[in-house]
Amino acid sequence: MAEHTIKAFDQEMDKLRGLIAEMGGRAESAIEKAMLALQRHDKVMAADVVAEDKRIDAIEAEVEKLAIEIIALRAPMANDLRDVIAALKIVGVVERIGDYAKNIAKRVPLIAANQRTQEPIALLPSMGQVAGEMVQDALNAFAARDADLALAVVERDTVVDDFYNSVFRTLVTFMVENPKTISECAHLLFIAKNIERIGDHATNVAEMVYYAATGQTLPDRERGGQSQED
Amino acid sequence: MTAMIQEQAKPAAAVETKMTARDVKVFYGEKQAIKGVSIDVDMDNVTAFIGPSGCGKSTFLRTLNRMNDTVASARVEGTITLDGEDIYAPAMDVVQLRARVGMVFQKPNPFPKSIYENIAYGPRIHGLASGKADLDVIVEKSLRRAGLWDEVKDRLHDSGTALSGGQQQRLCIGRAIAVEPEVILMDEPCSALDPIATAKIEELIHELRGRYAIVIVTHNMQQAARVSQRTAFFHLGELVEYGVTSDIFTNPKQERTKDYITGRYG
Repeated sequence: MAEHTIKAFDQEMDKLRGLIAEMGGRAESAIEKAMLALQRHDKVMAADVVAEDKRIDAIEAEVEKLAIEIIALRAPMANDLRDVIAALKIVGVVERIGDYAKNIAKRVPLIAANQRTQEPIALLPSMGQVAGEMVQDALNAFAARDADLALAVVERDTVVDDFYNSVFRTLVTFMVENPKTISECAHLLFIAKNIERIGDHATNVAEMVYYAATGQTLPDRERGGQSQED
Repeated sequence: MTAMIQEQAKPAAAVETKMTARDVKVFYGEKQAIKGVSIDVDMDNVTAFIGPSGCGKSTFLRTLNRMNDTVASARVEGTITLDGEDIYAPAMDVVQLRARVGMVFQKPNPFPKSIYENIAYGPRIHGLASGKADLDVIVEKSLRRAGLWDEVKDRLHDSGTALSGGQQQRLCIGRAIAVEPEVILMDEPCSALDPIATAKIEELIHELRGRYAIVIVTHNMQQAARVSQRTAFFHLGELVEYGVTSDIFTNPKQERTKDYITGRYG
């Protein structure tokens, strides 16, 4: 894209994109680390995830400040305006994604590391991976103004929803058969729900990216949390 | 919020087309300034012409009341109609046309006469008033519509040139209104005014909307965004894009429009 006549405007827009890329990278890594900590019963890694969430929150505040400055001082128009508005909305959503990752990490110390819980824990990592990739792709799509990639993320939301429904049924069955694991499995249910919400939020980000890139809003889809067990 | 709602463009089906230009070309001697522009101007929406200097927006505006006739080397081709009537037809009375299609210029240009006379002059020569009482009514009504009455009612016989720049510009708008025009053309009416005087003119444009078809040429894109419901982007003598103002400023269809309004031009 051609440069602005006013170079400082380009620098500010680049900074905005840079911050969002960083935020996305951190959110994606928080999900990955939280899931890894869960599998390895690694309380230290889980505590890291909780601590690192502060940086995600700080980036949100920084992006909000910069976006408001750009609107006030540069009066962005057309695609610039859509980018700034999308950035403002995206950071709010990514902050929530960070919170879900943090919530998963906080549950790690509460799940006992023993033979009994190995089987149900093993249900979750691949679901977490799909959701994490959706977050990453949605934010890469923003950086690259890639409407097709954003659309692909939106279409993947059903994969996470299906995953959730299947994990839910399996965990319930497992609890019935192994009543002593109910406490741990309840945490795992929440973790699965958190991952499902992350997928929904990644989809919301992708919809904003699609709007920023094309100026068109996607037709209404089934909103998050529509999975059958809700 | 109500102001925002009022500013919404009316749907295309509901508008009454006032002026129509079809394949209009303007030449200054050998040089072609306007390259085949077609556009409709309607009663219900304020239309803004934007574009970089030299893009032809003012030249095109001036074809709408034949102001280009005053430029010896200018030649206009194509068709422009007012209520379906060809304004370049030989039978058209140009003086009458300019009463129907009034104009306000960049620099306020009141006559070096009293405030009262500035307004009364047009109605008098066009025979719109039958006596002093009639004229008084027209002067008051025009100054009220121009949003100037309260500021000048106690000094109607002071010179118009003694007013501030913003007041002078509203006086010029009042002068245009006094002859009961159907269309008002404004050629950068605020570029010589400070932000407060500008805001008053913009507010006035909102109030006049619907009563007159209004076309405004402006260098200030924010102003076009604020006052108009339709925006036309001109570049190198062509009409690049014409559409609903909110669409033009959030999602322009043409690359050249986007580059211009986002500040990437040139």
